[in-house]
Amino acid sequence: MYNEPHPLEVRVLTRRFGLPNSRSIDTYLTHEGYQAIHKALTQMTPEQVIEEVKSSGLRGRGGAGFPAGLKWSFVPRDSPKPKYIVVNADESEPGTCKDRLLIENDPHQLIEGVLIAARAVDAHAGYIYVRGEYRYLIDILDRAIEEAYARGYLGDNILGTGYKFHLYTHTGAGAYECGEESALLESLEGKRGIPRIRPPFPAVVGAFKCPTVLNNVETYCAAPWILLKGGHAYADLGTPKNGGTRLFCLSGHVNQPGVYELPMGFPLRRMIEEVGGGVPNGKKVKAVIPGGSSCPLLTADQIDVPMDFDSLQKIGSMLGSGGVVVMDEDTCMVQVALRIMRFYAHESCGWCIPCREGTTWLRQLLLRFHSGGGVATDIDLIGDLAQNMLGKTFCPLGDAAAMPTISIVKKFRQEFEDHLNGKPCPYEGRL
Amino acid sequence: MPDLVKLTIDGHEVEAPAGTLVINAARQAGIEVPAFCYYDGLTLQAACRMCVVEVEKAPKLLTACTLPVAPGMVVRTETPQVAAARKGMLEFLLTNHPLDCPVCDKGGECELQDMVFRYGAGESRYLEEKIHEEEKQWSPVVYFDMPRCILCFRCVRICDEGMGVKALGVVNRGAHSEIAPNMGDHLECDECGMCIDICPVGALTSGAYRYQTRPWEMQYVGTTCTHCGDGCKTTLSVRNGKVIRGNNRDRSGINGEFLCIKGRYGFDFLHHADRLTTPLVRRNGELAPATWKDAISAVAFRLKDAHDKSERIGILGSTRTTNEENFYLQRFARERLGTHHIDHHRSGDVAALLEAVAGRPQALARTADVYTAGAVLVVGVDLSQQHPMLAFQARANVRHHNARVYVVNPEPTREEDRAVEVVRGRGVEGVAQIREKLAGEANLVVLFGDHVQGDDVRRLVEMLPATARYVALVDYANSRGALDLGLAPDLLPGYVPDPEPGMGRDEMLAAAGRGELEVLWVVGANPLEDGSEERAFPNTFLVVQELFLTETARQADVVFPAAASYEKTGSFTNTCGELQRLKKGPNTSGPKSDLEILGLIARQMGFELAPPLPEAVFEEIRRAVPGYQIDYAAFLTGGAAMTTPPTAPLAGRGRAATIRSSRDSLFQSGTLGRYCGALHAVREKDHVEVRV
Amino acid sequence: MTFSPDLEARFENLAKRYPAGYLRAALVPMLLYAQDEVGAVTDEVVAEIARRLKITPLQVNEVVSYYSMLRREPAGRHHIQVCTNISCLLRGGRHLWEHAQTRLGVGHKQRSADGQFSLEEVECIGACSWAPAVQVNYDFHHDMNAEKFDALVEKLKGDGK
Repeated sequence: MYNEPHPLEVRVLTRRFGLPNSRSIDTYLTHEGYQAIHKALTQMTPEQVIEEVKSSGLRGRGGAGFPAGLKWSFVPRDSPKPKYIVVNADESEPGTCKDRLLIENDPHQLIEGVLIAARAVDAHAGYIYVRGEYRYLIDILDRAIEEAYARGYLGDNILGTGYKFHLYTHTGAGAYECGEESALLESLEGKRGIPRIRPPFPAVVGAFKCPTVLNNVETYCAAPWILLKGGHAYADLGTPKNGGTRLFCLSGHVNQPGVYELPMGFPLRRMIEEVGGGVPNGKKVKAVIPGGSSCPLLTADQIDVPMDFDSLQKIGSMLGSGGVVVMDEDTCMVQVALRIMRFYAHESCGWCIPCREGTTWLRQLLLRFHSGGGVATDIDLIGDLAQNMLGKTFCPLGDAAAMPTISIVKKFRQEFEDHLNGKPCPYEGRL
Repeated sequence: MPDLVKLTIDGHEVEAPAGTLVINAARQAGIEVPAFCYYDGLTLQAACRMCVVEVEKAPKLLTACTLPVAPGMVVRTETPQVAAARKGMLEFLLTNHPLDCPVCDKGGECELQDMVFRYGAGESRYLEEKIHEEEKQWSPVVYFDMPRCILCFRCVRICDEGMGVKALGVVNRGAHSEIAPNMGDHLECDECGMCIDICPVGALTSGAYRYQTRPWEMQYVGTTCTHCGDGCKTTLSVRNGKVIRGNNRDRSGINGEFLCIKGRYGFDFLHHADRLTTPLVRRNGELAPATWKDAISAVAFRLKDAHDKSERIGILGSTRTTNEENFYLQRFARERLGTHHIDHHRSGDVAALLEAVAGRPQALARTADVYTAGAVLVVGVDLSQQHPMLAFQARANVRHHNARVYVVNPEPTREEDRAVEVVRGRGVEGVAQIREKLAGEANLVVLFGDHVQGDDVRRLVEMLPATARYVALVDYANSRGALDLGLAPDLLPGYVPDPEPGMGRDEMLAAAGRGELEVLWVVGANPLEDGSEERAFPNTFLVVQELFLTETARQADVVFPAAASYEKTGSFTNTCGELQRLKKGPNTSGPKSDLEILGLIARQMGFELAPPLPEAVFEEIRRAVPGYQIDYAAFLTGGAAMTTPPTAPLAGRGRAATIRSSRDSLFQSGTLGRYCGALHAVREKDHVEVRV
Repeated sequence: MTFSPDLEARFENLAKRYPAGYLRAALVPMLLYAQDEVGAVTDEVVAEIARRLKITPLQVNEVVSYYSMLRREPAGRHHIQVCTNISCLLRGGRHLWEHAQTRLGVGHKQRSADGQFSLEEVECIGACSWAPAVQVNYDFHHDMNAEKFDALVEKLKGDGK
């Protein structure tokens, strides 16, 4: 817990946060822990588990928002191959810091979520792929896994049902790209994090050439509650087709940045003004990244939007990973574009031409531009180059770099004009 | 046969088997979709994004190289949207690609250059600084210029998937990604140059070729490699009488695009300073330059003199002379000189194989079968070293068709990496250990080296399924042709038993050593290679036709400077029995072809033989030699025409006393290899044992 | 090359996690854990891990050079990583980064002469809501500013002396 909870929060996944010893199995067990997997193993068929998750409207919390139940149903039931559950804990999208908290405060919730997914697809082994920087989480998870084995929630005979499941942690070593599911699987297999050609999708050919369920930490964490309280109850927490709650990571220019669990569809303006306590020093909002740095930015007049997948898509952006980054009126949008592009150029895996060369060119161009070397034709060129990447790269990283860039040039063109012809950055020193 | 799928590409109705990629379906319809990273036969990458196409109902452009055809699919490969996307890719590629085309080896045959020309991405909006890095030398033959590299990963794949070597990889990430060699700053590999050949740009260049010429200044001559018995087609690039490059970029020939170091770089012996250019005649104990007239006269005189005692003339033929030369030589010997003492160095027991599969000509495998067979059994040979093209085909078969490879060899070989069964044993006894597993292989190709010879060949054939097909592996470019065309003491051309068998190679050499031969005529061989004896044949008149002053030539009484196969017209028969054409690359000044030399001697002796012209002799071979009634059209158009040697009992004929493979490594090629600078260079670097 | 019994135990444990035929799946964790112990992924480490996983040193190098946390040269005893990505940037991360360089007298990916400190400007480390953030080795330090940074450095200097 790094920030105070807010009264507007609807605490579903975070309901055990703040309890004494919240990460211990005893705390977990006294607070509904491992009841859902018990139910799934003893009272539900795998099909029923998938149906329950489908009815919850739970959509992938990693960024793409793909319906989780549907994803699980793609795993071929009759495949003679072993099936795997893989947890994407490679949380690396700038602006996002929620999976860290879910593991840090309540690791057993994740383990139980994984077990439910395993039950749904008849998997017997799983891997939690944790970004290398989160080493302390590996230690926490390893301890929790050990506890779960000791109490019979993992192993060869779970809860005496004969169900077998083994769970392991696996560390990354610094690569945003490994958050992309097929690159993550490559990394899991000891290779460079280069995405795979798809199809086939991981549900059919995933880890170790076997059918694999691969979801974000938060997605798995929602599963126990859904099974306990029912998919419809979960769905009712949010908006239509956008079930449940979501951990929003509020950062940037707000008085009370923090991770807050709010219902899907919670208005962005209230999130900033009420939950986040508004912009410091009474300044105005200039722009908001609604779901991690890959999303097209919103201007101040776009923030009356319900924070769910569909509403944001309607206004040309994305809910993404839940990273809400608020920028006040003194923020230099050219610098923001530059910093975002620097990130993607650094993280581009180098596999495909448009992403490798495009991000690097744009990084250099924006660097020159921001430091006063811009010429008038550069402004259109930035947009053009981003367009030349958009939709043409091997994996979504190219789009992730292009989309915010296109939106910044389009929505804040004047700021680019203001940097032209050797003029110093008008916002220098204000950030 | 998979179902055919109907789709529309650029308005044309196209039919393609299910599973075909759109890029190939388009190609079959005559529509070229551009690509850098896509490469036939190698794994898919979808990295260069050049092959993007519009597909109806798809929300965005799709890569034709990963898209399988679907019924009713409507594809457009050249719309304004597609062209703009490709132009955009090229603009990205050119950001760091140096525009040093005027001095780049690849200029004129560069795929990037062609593509920029096609899509008009000639103007750059790139104002930032380009990455510059000095080029690196990775081996005597491989240079790498990092900024020119477009990261299509063809080189990495051909080295791993094609060659099984894995000497190249990709290091770093993003724009810093670069191709790296296996030893950090240099390569230790086969030095095959496949990576250079496959590079679409000038990132990988050849130490043998770089900065020497422009591609449009050369003439291209497709011929057959002069080195091992596999018979790769190699295209010589010739400028001003000099061969500058060997490659097979058009992928014609049985080798497809494959060439090993020898086929690619092993031509420089042609221009070696030690090359013989004038005849030499021994005078007062010393070899001294002589005119052709004098040398021919001297030989004709001695042969005529010995003619009455024809049993005292011995002839050793070559494994690198043409079929026409071999045929002419044996006719000269048998019909005019009246001797049956004629042979060559044998490295594999082809005769025993023909006998063992008597009556079953279909049991003789061709090169293509190594790629298509369900299983390949390799016995007693380090295939990747000694028969690199067949090894390449076997690897491709595993990769593309999941073929099963079985290896029987006392030492480890690269083939083991892909083998389902490995026996560290020898010959037939080794095969016997996996006999039961092999019994289930209905479509088996067997490649055997000299560990299986004589009666063992019959035992091998009896042990394996009746449907198995075989190749008796032989060492050199025309080892097979030498036997086929009758350079054997007991076999006439076409494996017709000679009613009056003569002495074989070992017997002749022994007889010459004892002074029992009047004349020993060595055409393109080096029997004294290992010998250090001062005068091995003190009382024998030794005639040698050679490119270099070899150990044998040094002891000769007359030496004729011979042309190399790259300087000749004619034909070779490879280890599988496929007949291929030789086309004359550079002209020679000084040396003459062996056929011409033979003709001159015959004329001087007053013999009436067919005109010593390759075309005329070839016609005679086609008429007279059993098995050489080949598909003439395939042969003439540069293809490989399978010969059909008689498979019949040979009454014990054709069994040489000694059958021994030289076991040349990739960096060795008999006597010839000693004069190949490129082979030397890599050999010295890699400390491979040199057999000189 | 020999590793500590702890690391060997860790490797042994790793080797059991992956299905048969996927020995190299352990590669990335092995490299990171070996680096934690040895200080860097040295040539010896590369060769040793290649040998154990039955792959070529080049294949190991391809992977080492891909991941940003893996390094061929040793870092300082306290490897200070300052995030300047968007959320940190908005809350003074840029200034913190400049301050850190001045304070420690070293730049990006450089090590102090005494080997105590090394500095790296890093991409998002997942502390956006508690920005600007710094990671020292694997420990997070949230809501940083120049004063807190100096205090941290002083504390680290005192550690383990």
